[in-house]
Amino acid sequence: MDEMYDEIIMEHGMNSYNKKKLDKCDFCEKGHNPNCGDDITIELKLNGDVIEDMAFTGYGCAISQSSTSVMIDVLKGKKISEAKEIIKTFIDMIKRETTDEKELEKLEEAIAFRNVSNMPARVKCALLAWHTMEDLLEKNGK
Amino acid sequence: MNYKKDFPIFENNEISYLDSGATSQRPKYVLDKIQEYYNNSNANPHRGAYSLSIESTEVYENARNRISKFINARYKEEIIFSKNASESLNLIAYSYGLDNVKKDDEIVISIMEHHSNLVPWQYVAKKTGGKLNYMYINDEYELSKEEIESKITDKTKIVGITHVSNVLGTINNVKEIIKYAHKKGAIVVVDASQSIPHMKIDVQDLDADFLVFSGHKMFAPLGIGILYGKKELLNKMNPFIMGGDMIEYVYEQDTTFAPLPNKFEAGTQNVGGVVGLSAAMDYIESIGYENIEKIEKKLVKYARKELSKLDFLDIYMTPNEKNHSGVISFNIKGVHPHDVASILDSVGVCVRSGNHCAQPLLRYMGLDSTCRASFSIYNDEEDVDKLVEGLKKVYNMFEKYIKKG
Repeated sequence: MDEMYDEIIMEHGMNSYNKKKLDKCDFCEKGHNPNCGDDITIELKLNGDVIEDMAFTGYGCAISQSSTSVMIDVLKGKKISEAKEIIKTFIDMIKRETTDEKELEKLEEAIAFRNVSNMPARVKCALLAWHTMEDLLEKNGK
Repeated sequence: MNYKKDFPIFENNEISYLDSGATSQRPKYVLDKIQEYYNNSNANPHRGAYSLSIESTEVYENARNRISKFINARYKEEIIFSKNASESLNLIAYSYGLDNVKKDDEIVISIMEHHSNLVPWQYVAKKTGGKLNYMYINDEYELSKEEIESKITDKTKIVGITHVSNVLGTINNVKEIIKYAHKKGAIVVVDASQSIPHMKIDVQDLDADFLVFSGHKMFAPLGIGILYGKKELLNKMNPFIMGGDMIEYVYEQDTTFAPLPNKFEAGTQNVGGVVGLSAAMDYIESIGYENIEKIEKKLVKYARKELSKLDFLDIYMTPNEKNHSGVISFNIKGVHPHDVASILDSVGVCVRSGNHCAQPLLRYMGLDSTCRASFSIYNDEEDVDKLVEGLKKVYNMFEKYIKKG
């Protein structure tokens, strides 16, 4: 448990620089876990098919908030197709559907959430942002 | 007296279980009674002509009698078995509410209701054109007399009130509320889910029109609940769930219904659950409510004192100890309750975190969730100490990241 709440998760979860509103955004999507009250809105700005900027607002536990913030760090600057692959890998990691180290390298800093796969009560918190991002891309035909 | 040893779960788990407000643990006595029923007397009640089915029917109906005495109902057919308090409340909303609330009539509930005593009334209000009004809490997390008397009016037809709040632990003066509501011509639905595990309920003394509770919060198994209703009201109501065993004659196009209580008990019933609930009442009576109250009051007093020493905590409870049951909601300032609960779990302390099925209350309080510790007779001061130690650990982990201000 103490390892779970490490520096990355604490910094991103409690005081994230990604927690703000963008001046101008192309798309935004709201996600929430009704049972625990985690509630986030993700904003996305594209440049062609590249994710130029992202930000989020909302509230929730350190796991949900840090997972959102780290996701933004990882996905910024990526092509949409790459982003989709990373999202899939992250979800697979949390659901323990992949343990392939090579595959997991894609996740960069987001690999810090690996231990959440051992905490069934917190899986939903870690996945909220990633599912919300999935929805955002899907709904907007990306 | 150590009651922990009556509960097998504590032999199998090294935990401080502080979530009895969600569901209690079950003593061996109750578990044995259930097994005994299935080993010796199980058959479909009210159905067969053979002796085992008759025995099962007897077990079932004797339990009804036993339960009616436990809450001092006038007649045993005033006890209707359901799945849980939620189902009981839905039965009242559908079978009484929809037929008795007219356009512009008022339904009054408190802001501290569990969703189960709130959402069904929203539905009734919307369907009938009635209005749903709320009694709000004051700074002490209580309903004031003025608030009650300003919200219950001549237009009020139904008042829904929880006896004890599952978030705040506030004990509402339901007897006074009922008296006032009756003066105004309204009937009162009491949710006793959080009170009956801890205090004696006497439906005649309260003069409650309806009173509901779940078995699983009072040492009985999951899946059995009670609806108490005054006979004259239940007799006038239409059935809620229809099917087998609740009928008298069924023709191709028409049906006449069975008398109470069968009218409200369609389908094969949960006899094992009823046996467990009856046994749970034996268990409670063997200890005695007076004793239970004494033990729990002492423990809650200790918890109030120890938690109040932690200046990093916000605690949401009435300052009036006599109006406070065994539920304490709190937050570590700046730390989300889910993180707190996860870390407490890692040191063997089970608390609930979230909105406790009371979103309107939390919104009214300006919160989106809290941690909640709730107590029962198997808890002791050591459990409170472990909670306090755990909270200190959480605070230490988060301290340098918490935004001050």
